[in-house]
Amino acid sequence: MTIDLNNATFLGFRRENGRVGVRNHVIILPVDDLSNAACEAVANNIKGAMAIPHPYGRLQFGEDLELHFRTLIGTGANPNVAAVVVIGIEEGWTKRVVDGIAATGKPVTGFGIELHGDHDTIMRASKVAKEYVQWASEKQRETAPLSDLWVSTKCGESDTTSGCGSNPTVGNAFDKMYDKGVTLLFGETSEITGGEHLVAERCRDDAVRERFMFMFDRYQDMINRFKTSDLSESQPTKGNIAGGLTTIEEKALGNIQKIGKKCLVDGVLDKAEMPDKPGLWFMDSSSAAAEMVTLCAAAGYVVHFFPTGQGNIIGNPILPVIKLCANPRTVRTMAEHVDVDVSGLLRKEMTPDEAGDALLEMMLRTANGRLTASESLGHREFVLTRLYESA
Amino acid sequence: MIQFVVHDENDSVGVVVVEGVSAGDELTGWIMDQDKEIQFKATSDIPIGHKLAIKPLKEGDTVIKYGVDIGRVVSDINVGEHAHVHNIKTKRW
Repeated sequence: MTIDLNNATFLGFRRENGRVGVRNHVIILPVDDLSNAACEAVANNIKGAMAIPHPYGRLQFGEDLELHFRTLIGTGANPNVAAVVVIGIEEGWTKRVVDGIAATGKPVTGFGIELHGDHDTIMRASKVAKEYVQWASEKQRETAPLSDLWVSTKCGESDTTSGCGSNPTVGNAFDKMYDKGVTLLFGETSEITGGEHLVAERCRDDAVRERFMFMFDRYQDMINRFKTSDLSESQPTKGNIAGGLTTIEEKALGNIQKIGKKCLVDGVLDKAEMPDKPGLWFMDSSSAAAEMVTLCAAAGYVVHFFPTGQGNIIGNPILPVIKLCANPRTVRTMAEHVDVDVSGLLRKEMTPDEAGDALLEMMLRTANGRLTASESLGHREFVLTRLYESA
Repeated sequence: MIQFVVHDENDSVGVVVVEGVSAGDELTGWIMDQDKEIQFKATSDIPIGHKLAIKPLKEGDTVIKYGVDIGRVVSDINVGEHAHVHNIKTKRW
């Protein structure tokens, strides 16, 4: 089937700030590790509310703390989220997260646990969460143009079939969406090592190129500072090596197939920063799947393409992760995790254009409401990126 | 039937895309960028996703895939032989 993107639309939820989401979550968001229990209790009380627990938020400082706030606020602000209840151990940082999310105009209320305890906090937060869930349940999907969609990508447990099959399929889809005003994102800074010159060549102008190389060099400096080996088994991972990838350079060249052949890199973002115009953005980010996808969600992306070779099973609480795979053994042994099978590419039974269209079709179905494999299997990996130790 | 793929005709390695390749098997490969077919005999057992050399590689040589440098040869690799972490290493890090 051929997809005509010129008049493509999807059914989404238009939010107060004009952004369009493809999910309608009410989330219970902890500011810190201590508040996970209360958040989970509220989500247990109120059916349809989802807690997003995580292990951080105490005694962080400087850039690392800024990134923590940016990630939590971005997650709550994401248009896949209808309304948010924020719970923190104290009211100051809780208010900071609430105020950040409130700038979108969506309903958000915060609760500090100190001076109240878990019981009272859970009771008050549950009452608000119930109102939010019922309010959100009346929201209707409406037709939105393709240009309202924000699509991110990151691959995982890649093998050599990723570079010849599933990653070029994402590239084909990105090339097709690029001039339709879609806002696109890639990242994985360490995983460009060996292909950085190719990404630099694709940058729109010198200013973008300089910013990209700044991010690239910053990540290389960090690796060189802490490495104790050539990173083999970490980058590439043991799974990558089992799948036939030998060096970081080989992995990187496969990785950057995801940005296709035509689209230019229009801008560069720091971790969890939000783009301010359509086009293809590079975000400085870890190559660890859940960390990177969490940053994509925090940057405001609403659909994610995740090519895998050996079978990474990641999902995200608020960002639907569409898995595609070209490895016939993985498609056979891990079928329940794969949304789009592109293994025909490697047998010449499918053209790159057909594979790209199959992915775009699944993207539109997912945007319209179809649950991805990772959503239906309950994968909600929410992993905050840390820059250094707490104080 | 295609048993391995090569990105570019100047590459030194191809990727096995079927399961069960054994030493002695005659393999048909597809060079994707130029859309050509080539034949090679596997000289080792090669798992799906792993590489075979399609050019003779000597210690110190640069390995080319996607038309780009992907690392250095650390022990000689014959045509049709399994090429992986035991005979190729990164030039970075």
